[in-house]
Amino acid sequence: MRLPCPICGDRDRREFYYMGDAVALHRPAPDAGEDAWDDYLHLRDNPCGRTRDLWMHEAGCSAWIVVERDTATHEVFGATLARKVKR
Amino acid sequence: MRFSGLKVLAQGLTGNKGWTPHWRDPAPKDEYDIVIIGGGGHGLSTAYYLAKNHGMTNIAVLEKGYIGGGNVGRNTTIVRANYFLPGNSEFYSHSLKLWETMEQDLNYNAMHSQRGLINLFHSDGQRDAFARRGNAMINQGDDAELLDREGVRRHLPYLDFDNLRFPVYGGLLHRRGGTARHDAVAWGYARGADQRGVDLIQNCEVTGIDIEGGIVKGVQTTRGAIKAKKVGVVVAGRSGQVAAMAGMRLPIESHVLQAFVSEGLKPCIDHVVSFGMGHFYISQSDKGGLVFGGDLDFYASYASRGNLPMKEHVMDAAMTLMPMIGKARVLRSWGGIMDMTPDGSPIIDKTHIDGLYIDCGWCYGGFKAVPGSGYSFAHLMATDQHHEPAAKFRLDRFRTGRGLMDEEGTGSQHNLH
Amino acid sequence: MRVDGKGFVNRAKAVSFSFDGKTYQGFEGDTLASALLANDVRLVARSFKYHRPRGILTAGSEEPNALVTIGQGAQAEPNMRATVQEIYDGLVAKPQNAWPSLAFDAMGINDWFAPFLSAGFYYKTFMWPRKFWEGLYEPIIRNAAGLGALSGQTNPDRYEKAFAHCDVLVIGAGPAGLMAALTAARAGALVILADETPQMGGRLLAETHEVGGKACHAWAADMVAELQGMDNVRLMTRTTVTGAYDQGTFGALEKVGHHIADRDDDLPLECFWRITAKRAVMCSGALERPIAFPMNDRPGIMTAGAVRTYLNRYGVAAGKKVAIFGNNDDAHRTARDLAASGVEISAYIDSREGVALDGDFPVYAGCQVTGTEGRLGLENITVRKGTTDLMVSADCLAMSGGWNPSVHLMCHMNGRPKWDEAIQSFVPVDGMIPGMVAAGSAKGVMDTGGCLRSGAQAAIEALGAIGLDAQMPDIPQAEDDAYVISPLWMVDLGGKAKHRAWLDFQNDVTTKDIKLAAQENFKSVEHMKRYTTQGMATDQGKNSNVAALAILADATGRTIPETGTTTFRPPYAPVSIASMGAGSQGKGFAPERFTTSHLATLQRRAPMIEAGLWYRPSYFPQAGETTWRESCDREVNMVRSTVGVCDVSTLGKIDIQGPDAAAFLDFVYANTFSTLKIGKVRYGLMLREDGHVMDDGTTARMGENHYVMTTTTAAAGQVMKHLEFVAQCLKPEMDVRFISVTEQWAQFAVAGPKARDLLNLVLDAAIDDETMPYMSCADVQVAGVGGRLFRISFSGEHAYEVAVPARYGDSLFRLLCAQAEAMDGGPYGMEALNVLRIEKGFITHAEIHGRVTAFDIGFDRMVSRKKDCVGQTMSGREGLHGDYREQLVGLKPLNGQQALLAGAHVFDVADEAVRVNDRGYITSVGYSPTLGSYLGLGFVQNGRARHGERVKMVDHLRKAEVICEICDPVFFDPEGGRLRG
Repeated sequence: MRLPCPICGDRDRREFYYMGDAVALHRPAPDAGEDAWDDYLHLRDNPCGRTRDLWMHEAGCSAWIVVERDTATHEVFGATLARKVKR
Repeated sequence: MRFSGLKVLAQGLTGNKGWTPHWRDPAPKDEYDIVIIGGGGHGLSTAYYLAKNHGMTNIAVLEKGYIGGGNVGRNTTIVRANYFLPGNSEFYSHSLKLWETMEQDLNYNAMHSQRGLINLFHSDGQRDAFARRGNAMINQGDDAELLDREGVRRHLPYLDFDNLRFPVYGGLLHRRGGTARHDAVAWGYARGADQRGVDLIQNCEVTGIDIEGGIVKGVQTTRGAIKAKKVGVVVAGRSGQVAAMAGMRLPIESHVLQAFVSEGLKPCIDHVVSFGMGHFYISQSDKGGLVFGGDLDFYASYASRGNLPMKEHVMDAAMTLMPMIGKARVLRSWGGIMDMTPDGSPIIDKTHIDGLYIDCGWCYGGFKAVPGSGYSFAHLMATDQHHEPAAKFRLDRFRTGRGLMDEEGTGSQHNLH
Repeated sequence: MRVDGKGFVNRAKAVSFSFDGKTYQGFEGDTLASALLANDVRLVARSFKYHRPRGILTAGSEEPNALVTIGQGAQAEPNMRATVQEIYDGLVAKPQNAWPSLAFDAMGINDWFAPFLSAGFYYKTFMWPRKFWEGLYEPIIRNAAGLGALSGQTNPDRYEKAFAHCDVLVIGAGPAGLMAALTAARAGALVILADETPQMGGRLLAETHEVGGKACHAWAADMVAELQGMDNVRLMTRTTVTGAYDQGTFGALEKVGHHIADRDDDLPLECFWRITAKRAVMCSGALERPIAFPMNDRPGIMTAGAVRTYLNRYGVAAGKKVAIFGNNDDAHRTARDLAASGVEISAYIDSREGVALDGDFPVYAGCQVTGTEGRLGLENITVRKGTTDLMVSADCLAMSGGWNPSVHLMCHMNGRPKWDEAIQSFVPVDGMIPGMVAAGSAKGVMDTGGCLRSGAQAAIEALGAIGLDAQMPDIPQAEDDAYVISPLWMVDLGGKAKHRAWLDFQNDVTTKDIKLAAQENFKSVEHMKRYTTQGMATDQGKNSNVAALAILADATGRTIPETGTTTFRPPYAPVSIASMGAGSQGKGFAPERFTTSHLATLQRRAPMIEAGLWYRPSYFPQAGETTWRESCDREVNMVRSTVGVCDVSTLGKIDIQGPDAAAFLDFVYANTFSTLKIGKVRYGLMLREDGHVMDDGTTARMGENHYVMTTTTAAAGQVMKHLEFVAQCLKPEMDVRFISVTEQWAQFAVAGPKARDLLNLVLDAAIDDETMPYMSCADVQVAGVGGRLFRISFSGEHAYEVAVPARYGDSLFRLLCAQAEAMDGGPYGMEALNVLRIEKGFITHAEIHGRVTAFDIGFDRMVSRKKDCVGQTMSGREGLHGDYREQLVGLKPLNGQQALLAGAHVFDVADEAVRVNDRGYITSVGYSPTLGSYLGLGFVQNGRARHGERVKMVDHLRKAEVICEICDPVFFDPEGGRLRG
């Protein structure tokens, strides 16, 4: 598997660390309530198909990136710096 | 038909003409008392124990492909009861006891072999952690022995004791741990359930769950609508999709785990051996293949196939730990879909929908749980009471933080368990 | 038998080798199989289950029968295909799985019991009595099973791994592959052409027709020569592409040294390649399939294409009297070539009516082979025409059931091939693997001319996709005979099926087994496979799967497409564990990290232990000390009484700067750092977002916008990733930058009452309590070098950590040790460090093991409620608080000389030591020479409320039971006077 790091270009999967669903970008407010925090940390859509998830180019530029890909076919549609998605 | 050595002889003499189907292929009925979604190991054993322990027979198991075609048919076949946290400890202990009588119970030889499992440790810290585990196993009534380096050498003389990057300090020996012939477990439960009247319906994919007023009414399938008083979801890696049919989100992320088998070799590895520094575990099948695996590929996937970096990592671990297997050749590798939870432990629980029950989150440890999971889930579905050994596998533990069973201690990131 | 004038082996160079203890001669260029056939050796192996005598079936890596062990001692390689192994002088090959000899194998008795050993018989028996499985049945089965044996010795050979990148990867160098490679190369693409065999050309080396007006092998040689001359082409022979992975990644195994007699030590035996290709063209050819006729497994029965390969490529006649049995026109070539070479053909049998063939041999059209004879090698065959049986003498039978395109790689991403009625086999479907196209016979194109065109077209398609213009090359004139086939999967004798017909030769799966599986309702093709073991042998069904599922289809009343295939999985051909794990044997598995004091530490004869990837000293032995405890006790006393020096460089060090550095730290730490004064240090507790403790450490404020954070050795990498996550994903608006400086600074703890005295000997400007109070930090000059000083303590003593740029670490360590020794101090190791911190109740990852909360360790108050921080909200969950939680405590044995054990569990004194009574466990223990007692840290349910109570420690594993008192985890100097002293 190869992922397109927006900074470094196409790189082998072994250079990346994986965290999980890009929902991790959207941290609830401290007082958002139990449901919001349960959603954030535990519950997952877990799609069989297109998904957005968070990877870090750990053995490269250290960028956290949001990768759009397909969990059924492993097709990769693109990647964006998490910093930019967030802003 | 009852299987026995005598029957094999008699059939052999008469051209093996008299063997009958191990299970029927019935057409789905319009209505059942209980519908189990998922004809894998856990679904089949659930149906079997519903019939055997609770006298329920108006049951259908719906399988979208062929029975036993999921993780029960593609794993590294390890059976053990070496957990240390309350909840897991009593459950796996119960499951192992069921393994010990399962073949006679099912009249099916699943080749369950208690060849001993050795978890190696490679530092003082790991030794302390394994000592805690071993003591917990004995507290639970299971077996464990702490081996020092020389003790390990007596059992596993072929390890690299001289140059290993992370030297062997010792190992935790679990003599009742071992392996089984994975497919046969599914087939044995299938046959047992079928003999008790359960309808096993293959090539029948569930496409919807009918719910009215918060009460489950049945399921929609590719073979028509089926009414049911109770529905059990036992679909492992596909739990997310099936739960979504009932409008639920689960604390589960599906990940790919690879496993490997080598060409057949004369016996060289007697035990199940687990490396403490590289996530590598291995045993040798009765047919002679080395069966081994490692860690998840670490990204969410439903593709049932793995990538090269993790394959190489597993081979790397094999070569540092036991370089005598270097000339064995990998014949086949495969990947399964693992239903990973935020604490690495499973869920057997009711849902907020009346009559809808769920059994999932087995991560990559579901094979050894096949008997126990079916037993406990059947108990829950039949009686609406949690079965004691599985009583802590609650869906709400993540929300409350009470009773988390994080054996790895890695926290709420699904892929780290 | 060698045939004059045929083949490309080097007849000028004889090669001597041995098989089964006998010495034979072959020629350079022979495979073991061709050389054995040249020597009229037909019996080479035994089958897996029935131990039936077996010969060579094929001429390629798909060989199911002729598996041998090559080499001796630790270098012995089991399960090598004789059909692939090239011979060299002195090669030693041994048969496998036969005892006492290949010709007389005691386990051959299994064959007599075959009726009782039908598919899946073992699921139905061996269940009584229960205990006999592990004790009796299973050991017998295990010993009987298996093919070759591993030596049991450490692998002595060298292996390598490598990466390669290209525009176009062409897999297979037959007619299609050569043409594809040439087309791509001429367009200027970077091309890798990989072929499994030593010589490129594929079937062109095994056939006799013409291409472009010359012999096809000569045309292939010209093509290879042209490709060799191009800089943008890399030719990889003996290289099997084993797997297709995502985004154009391929695995490939190159056999570098298996054919070389005396290998240079530097030359690897194998190299595992990771090839990244923008596009790939799969020209993997086709494999011929046998026909399942009764007793079709005797030595001498081979595929017709293999017979042709041995004749045309190696100059070997596989028999003196050859019969041919086929259902397609391709088998005609075998007859033609054998006849042209003067080999006697005793019969040509074609299952199709009306097939005519010119030649000086009997042709039986519309006939089938219904039986064979010959115990250790074929002697006769029975040919049936209608109801008449005819015995034909033959020592070799060339059979052809048609050809199966090698679609395997194309199916590695779950794609399913489609059934092609015309060629009676499965062919790939476009798009099965993104970026890969099939060409040639792998795509079902069965004539040479078609293969050449197909290869060129596929290359043009691939090149177009990456923006390269390619010209259609001139396609040379080549045979374009139609491939005519009429399906014949098995010879069905109806009820008279006394004799077995093999499908999976190695696993001894017969047509009866498939029918039995169907009879017992193992009707799914996957069930059939798993129940019968069909296709699970070392060839993974390459020879037999299509026929097996055709027979299953017939038995279950379905079509072949309805029945479907099993799943194709990598690797295409088996790959050694040593090649994929190359470099990891011994120490290569993980990097080794050494501190700057490593050499000086070794010179002091300190035993080193692993700390993650680092090595750290366990203790520093002195003359007269015989146990580690003696050294450890001395070092603890030394630190408590004078001064000790310890390298703490392995702790993670992260330099954090920026206007928002303070706010950032407030967010990642549970406690507050924005209020920390410049020049001060504070202990920090870091939580995971789920409210459990991630790590702890001290962080120093060096300037208004400048902090230096330390992490534990174990969590340094995790914390760095976490900080990056917070900065990039949660708080991108914060203006903060950080970088790991763990390896840039060598840092030493100097601890003990004389710590300051020692430091003042090496610092350019002396310090005192006023300039360096407890928990302060400063930039300092250390022996003229710019460094940093932190007054922090992990021992409970008056202590500092002094840091200098790593290049000065060795000197500073030696200097500190020498000066310390002059004060009756010295270096101390991990054992003493551990005791010192246990005496003080300081935690490590033994305590913060991932399941504990700030509440559990008594640090709940540190989780600031005045600000948001990672983990704050979830640490408030009700389940993470309360009496039921196991809380950090100290444990002291009533009899201080009774050893506590880490990993032991804790129970109330009167309780039985079983799970339901479990109250906690011990995480860290040590003997405190300071207090003259064993001490332990551990977790006990509601432990903070139970100080002073007695509990018992029980360790079943080590048979120990000790009554302890629960106490505060700080055993020594609870007021901390010594820290400030």
